[in-house]
Amino acid sequence: MTVGVWEAFWLIVHREMRLSFRRPEQLLQPLVFFLIVTTLFPLGLSLQLSLLRDISPGVLWVAALLSSLLSLDSLFKSDADDGTLEQLALSGQGLTVIVVAKTVAHWLVTGLALVLVSPIVGTALGIPTDAFATMLLSLALGTLTLSWLGAIGAGLTIGLRRGNVLLSLIVLPLAMPLLIFGAGATDRAISGTSAMGALYLLAALCVFTCTLAPFAAAAALRITLE
Amino acid sequence: MWTWFYKLASPPYVYGVAAALMPWFLGVAILTIGYGLIGGLVFAPPDYQQGDAFRIIYVHVPSAWMSEFVYTTMAVAGAIALIWRIKVGHAVAAASAPIGASFTLAALVTGSMWGKPMWGTYWAWDPRLTSELILLFLYVGVMSLRSAFEDPARGDRAAALLAIVGAVNVPIIHYSVVWWNSLHQAATVAKLGKPSIAGSMLWPLLSMFVGFMLFYGAVLCLRLQGEVLNRERQSAWVREAIKS
Amino acid sequence: MNSSGGFWYMGGYARYVWPCIGFACLVLVWNLWSARRYLAAAKIRAARALAMVASEAQ
Repeated sequence: MTVGVWEAFWLIVHREMRLSFRRPEQLLQPLVFFLIVTTLFPLGLSLQLSLLRDISPGVLWVAALLSSLLSLDSLFKSDADDGTLEQLALSGQGLTVIVVAKTVAHWLVTGLALVLVSPIVGTALGIPTDAFATMLLSLALGTLTLSWLGAIGAGLTIGLRRGNVLLSLIVLPLAMPLLIFGAGATDRAISGTSAMGALYLLAALCVFTCTLAPFAAAAALRITLE
Repeated sequence: MWTWFYKLASPPYVYGVAAALMPWFLGVAILTIGYGLIGGLVFAPPDYQQGDAFRIIYVHVPSAWMSEFVYTTMAVAGAIALIWRIKVGHAVAAASAPIGASFTLAALVTGSMWGKPMWGTYWAWDPRLTSELILLFLYVGVMSLRSAFEDPARGDRAAALLAIVGAVNVPIIHYSVVWWNSLHQAATVAKLGKPSIAGSMLWPLLSMFVGFMLFYGAVLCLRLQGEVLNRERQSAWVREAIKS
Repeated sequence: MNSSGGFWYMGGYARYVWPCIGFACLVLVWNLWSARRYLAAAKIRAARALAMVASEAQ
């Protein structure tokens, strides 16, 4: 009985979700890191809330970036360690489907979680509530793009010594345009001007990455698993 | 004609070609860079707006161009190596990376020093400068990734993939001054049609471009020989080759 | 020709122009030096590897 592509996709997503929720503490770690990092800035700068508003988009985005990087470790590593990744690769489904399923599942439990927590963080940083819609949308698009860039990086660095540092070194330069547009969109929403331009660019980046990154990430896995 | 191309995939052939070409590349490079520097620093008239500070263009613009050109070469060589499994491609990519990184650093440093008298600041977070800085990080990432693998062949392949992914940045650098309102000056030379710069200023600049390209060729030949040797240490032809 | 003040003065911009030219030349020289060293080291390593193979074959 051969399994169709969509069926394989949902099977893997389902598996990833179940594995993730088996250890809820692991899910909370990036979120707590997100909260802690955003706390560091007001503490370090001791600014009034109204002044904090000016730097809040940047702080929010840098924190989201770093939290996502932290969680990327779990994307392929545990499966690579116990041999499941090789089994999946040999399953005949094609690495691309597997990579798409794993990355989507990963985004659902990390990126999306960041997006849902962001209103709390936004309030702590003094972001006005009418900017929240833009903030949520930009973070949703941004974290999805980031999950994909991270998938490429994670695929390339599985099993390397100090792979975490190397992963950050690889992913962060690629994520810089994302940061510029994402923070820019929220910044414009806060100051009252239209964020549509930045949001469109962010969406374009997201679509571009979501279309091409699966092939790059699958190629990365092929290189690592060979 | 294609036999010449196929021969390039052979490590001993490439080693020999690189060894033979290097002195020629270096010699002409020194001549053209010498002419460019003398022409630009001594004979070109001072700029109407920038005075003598504009002379930095003779090192800054060729460096910036090389930083993009070498990265593209590295990415293309890596792609050729990945797709057609031609190992010499990996050697070219590995050899090019430190050269390109040094040009990127030169572009950033000379640009920064040019920015101070012109814009009043050593740095600005504008699209052209930011994307050039990202290019430097990409170079470092590619070099780090290659060296992190214990199996050099796997390291080559991973670095090639990363170089290809990062190649998206190169058009962004190039067109950043077109797409955004940038502090950085728009294209003066590479525009099609009449370049908006005087002849006595232009020729030394073009000479510097040619000189830097040939210089890259010379240094590439040297490093490529080293890379090929490192990858083919066990082969029989190496014994004869290293006697020179 | 240069504006007033002479060649080294660079019209007042000397402290920007000359470090730039200097740094660029430094980068070029470093490239050559570093590449030569790399090739020399590669030749030594290759010679060593060949010597090992030869001694193993005996």
